[in-house]
Amino acid sequence: MPSWPLNQWYVAAYSEEIGDGLLGRTICGEPLVFYRTGEGDVVALADRCVHRRYPLSRSHLKDDQIVCGYHGFTYDKTGVCVAAPAQKRIPRTARVPAWTVREQDSLVWVWIGDQGLADTARIPRAPWLDSPDYTVVRGMEPLKARYSLLVDNLMDLSHETYLHGGYIGTPEVAETPITTEVDEDANVVYVSRHMDDAECPPFYSKSTGIEGRITRWQDVEYYAPCLYLLHSRISPAGILSPEEGPDDQAFHVEVTYGITPSTEHETLDFWMVSRDFALDDEKVTEFLATNNHTVVMQDVVALDLLEEVLESEKENYQELSINIDTGGLAARRILAKLVARGEGKTAEAKTVAAP
Amino acid sequence: MSSPDQVGPAAPVRADLPSPTKMLKGRTVYRVVWQLHTDVLVGYCWCGASHEDIDPITLWEWLLAHPDTHGDSRTDSDAPDPEPELVDM
Repeated sequence: MPSWPLNQWYVAAYSEEIGDGLLGRTICGEPLVFYRTGEGDVVALADRCVHRRYPLSRSHLKDDQIVCGYHGFTYDKTGVCVAAPAQKRIPRTARVPAWTVREQDSLVWVWIGDQGLADTARIPRAPWLDSPDYTVVRGMEPLKARYSLLVDNLMDLSHETYLHGGYIGTPEVAETPITTEVDEDANVVYVSRHMDDAECPPFYSKSTGIEGRITRWQDVEYYAPCLYLLHSRISPAGILSPEEGPDDQAFHVEVTYGITPSTEHETLDFWMVSRDFALDDEKVTEFLATNNHTVVMQDVVALDLLEEVLESEKENYQELSINIDTGGLAARRILAKLVARGEGKTAEAKTVAAP
Repeated sequence: MSSPDQVGPAAPVRADLPSPTKMLKGRTVYRVVWQLHTDVLVGYCWCGASHEDIDPITLWEWLLAHPDTHGDSRTDSDAPDPEPELVDM
């Protein structure tokens, strides 16, 4: 049984990554190849030729069809083989699985599990990612670590104080109590940390121009298992959100993560930073891109190290959890529930489909 | 955050803003509030009953078991309104 939930949407790529060529990416243990048709639709097929397993992502795209780079087996966008070398008869079994894909909010989502159960209404939203009211910087870093370690990391932002000091961390983050909410039906975990009077870290002082202390809010929404939203509000200390009207005395940053398991010990870390200020300021854009990439790489180093620790330790190691882990513990439990439910749904679908 | 048996920061920080009254609007929302200047967590079941603990694991266990014991008397006299006011961010 895989450690990730099946019958879920996962971020496979950014829309801008899929253009004229072929993109190979392993999502939840499935090697997939992505491409865009002439009409603009994204296609996802299994990245293995049925003949000798050659990766289709290392092949050729011609007229919306993939021509295998090894022996020329040719597949249409549904995965059906439409040509094979020197043969008039194409075996009926000559097809590769196709996967359900949906583009939304500049992200390419793929449904992992029983394809008949895919429901696009369940894809969580992040509308700022392609809104003219925001400027976005983004990247993707592969982790040599299981996805649950990234979830742990993001659900407890007190680590910013220690791992990201000098970038986004200040003493107040680790010192400020949190409020946690869990919606059992929607599988959402919300962690709120509101700092009244905090030091302004360079990430925000250099991008917003605020000098002096700030009021800093961090409100995390985790849509298990795939999408993490950090709604960050920064203002000069003491300036709160008005009861009515726009919150125009504050700066808003939406930090978004697509958390996508690749294998049992590898994760695709899609990171995005959207801001509602200095929209056309290239220097701010460059600063946030560079600075946040540094922060992400600090996490990558830490989580890759943790993966080594987990793989080498004895079984039944007992962790210690304290108050800062309240949200992370909730996320772990929700994920465990979804793993069990996803397995059950797939088994049920196979049973129903059985002759 | 500090308590008598803990080493706190060299200088006290000001981090006193209460969090929003309620953010998630679903039918079954559990809520855990970390009380300011203490190590106490207060958990609120979606039915409104509450329970205090200093260990998040045992608090979650109580919350998740609580729907099976609905009808028990509330543990706190100041249990919240089952439908607290929503606050827009």
